[in-house]
Amino acid sequence: MLELHRITAGYDRRAPVVRDVSLTVEPGEAVGLLGPSGCGKSTLARVASLVHRPDSGTYLIDGESVRAWRHRAPREQRTAFGVVFQQPRQAADPRLRLTDLIAEPLRAAGRRTGAEERVVELAGRVGLSAELLGRRPHEVSDGQLQRACLARALVLRPRWLICDEMTAMLDASTTAALVAAVEDYRRESGAGLLTVGHDRTLLNRWCDRTVHWTELTQAENPSPPKNKPSGA
Amino acid sequence: MAETGSTPEGATKPPPDAATGSVPEVPTVWRSPGAGTRARGGAARRGTRALRTRTSAVLVAVVVLTVLAVPALVPLDEQAVDLGSKLLPPSWSHPFGTDEVGRDLLLRCVYGLRISLLVGVVAGLAATVVGTVVGALAGALGGWADRVVMRLVDVFSSVPHLLLGVFIVAMFRPGLWPVVASVALTHWLSTARIVRAEVLSLRSRPYIDAAISGGSSRLRITVRHLLPGVLPQAGLAAVLMIPHAIWHESALSFLGLGLPTHEASLGNMVQAARGSLLAGDWWPTLFPGLFIIIPTLAIAGLAGAWRERLNPRRRSELML
Repeated sequence: MLELHRITAGYDRRAPVVRDVSLTVEPGEAVGLLGPSGCGKSTLARVASLVHRPDSGTYLIDGESVRAWRHRAPREQRTAFGVVFQQPRQAADPRLRLTDLIAEPLRAAGRRTGAEERVVELAGRVGLSAELLGRRPHEVSDGQLQRACLARALVLRPRWLICDEMTAMLDASTTAALVAAVEDYRRESGAGLLTVGHDRTLLNRWCDRTVHWTELTQAENPSPPKNKPSGA
Repeated sequence: MAETGSTPEGATKPPPDAATGSVPEVPTVWRSPGAGTRARGGAARRGTRALRTRTSAVLVAVVVLTVLAVPALVPLDEQAVDLGSKLLPPSWSHPFGTDEVGRDLLLRCVYGLRISLLVGVVAGLAATVVGTVVGALAGALGGWADRVVMRLVDVFSSVPHLLLGVFIVAMFRPGLWPVVASVALTHWLSTARIVRAEVLSLRSRPYIDAAISGGSSRLRITVRHLLPGVLPQAGLAAVLMIPHAIWHESALSFLGLGLPTHEASLGNMVQAARGSLLAGDWWPTLFPGLFIIIPTLAIAGLAGAWRERLNPRRRSELML
């Protein structure tokens, strides 16, 4: 279970983007997070996936409190999350071919044997043809690149998937294909999902539960601390 | 003007289907009357740039070939003195004339250029390697390591290059390597700054977040994503450093702190020719001077072309 409790985070301590936000995701649950642009959804997703250190608040993963973020977080903890970002162009190292892009987490883990087959298998799952795997990011479309980014997120078989507006840049058919690939993976692995977006229809159909950003600051405080008289 | 003339012609052409037929019309909407002039100006500028690049490339090729071939064919006797033929003006037997002790200036210029290029390339590369490593470390580690390193860079930058260089050569006996060391040790600062800034900008890219999430260690991120990202900039910095290093070598030699005075170095030659210049003998100053200026401008021209290729959008700001 992921428990984000009273998280305050941002890029400037004096003006945090996320203020006092709480959110929980049950194991195997798919939670959709809705909200207007710039409200801090992505920042919260970054905190949840351990790539952004919050200014304050607690974060429990399966009951264990997170003490370190980014490089300092233990490897197993980081790789328990598969993250897909909004802009595939920005999320892919322009120098790596798609094969290397997808295999990079395996190589970082020192697992070289079988990497090739795993990449081909994942490429099939996300609908990338073998011919595209030899190309570099600038030689493929946004949709194809996002497919590769999803494959990269799945390559280490994460227990949690965090999709930060994964489909915002994509057309309807690619969106459907990517969501189907995510759901396939979740069915067989039982992974939990936190997906962020502003397409209410998509998230309602995709997720077990959708929450709106405005609800997070009030409703999702399971154990209301001192300054919460109205919640109880 | 030509574009507006061609537009009605394109519009009256019905054959292309409706879907693609509308496409060629789009440019005419935003193409202002000045567009033609701008395009022509751009073409002229492109032409000048291409010419500059080509001239620089040819010059660099000639310089490299000369410097490699001539010393292999004609040996230079450093000590040879022929007082009978001192300060002869340029002639067929001595195209650049002779110096104040009767040595052939053309041959000495070629040898001097060889040493200058050697110093330039070695010092430029060394400075770039030091700068890249320091800058990448500062940028990748961040925090207090970054602050300490960058303050150190500030301290070094606050002392004039040449002064620091003089200080370094003064610690050793005159020779080639102290000069190389002095130039290399005073010129890694700007590269370190550039590389650090580049690393900092790369570090905040989402693909670094993705790598962290994929379990990459800090070292792996630096080696796999950050260093390859700054390599083109570092390579360019190295080439831009070569002319700079050559000028410094000449300056140090001119001040009598560089290579031993008997050695054929361009700086030494300009220094030795000062007396004869006052007496009206211009060739011992002019030719070594040209040998310093022309090759360095040619290398800088090539580097400028490379810089434009790396960063075509900021072409105008980066014009040499």
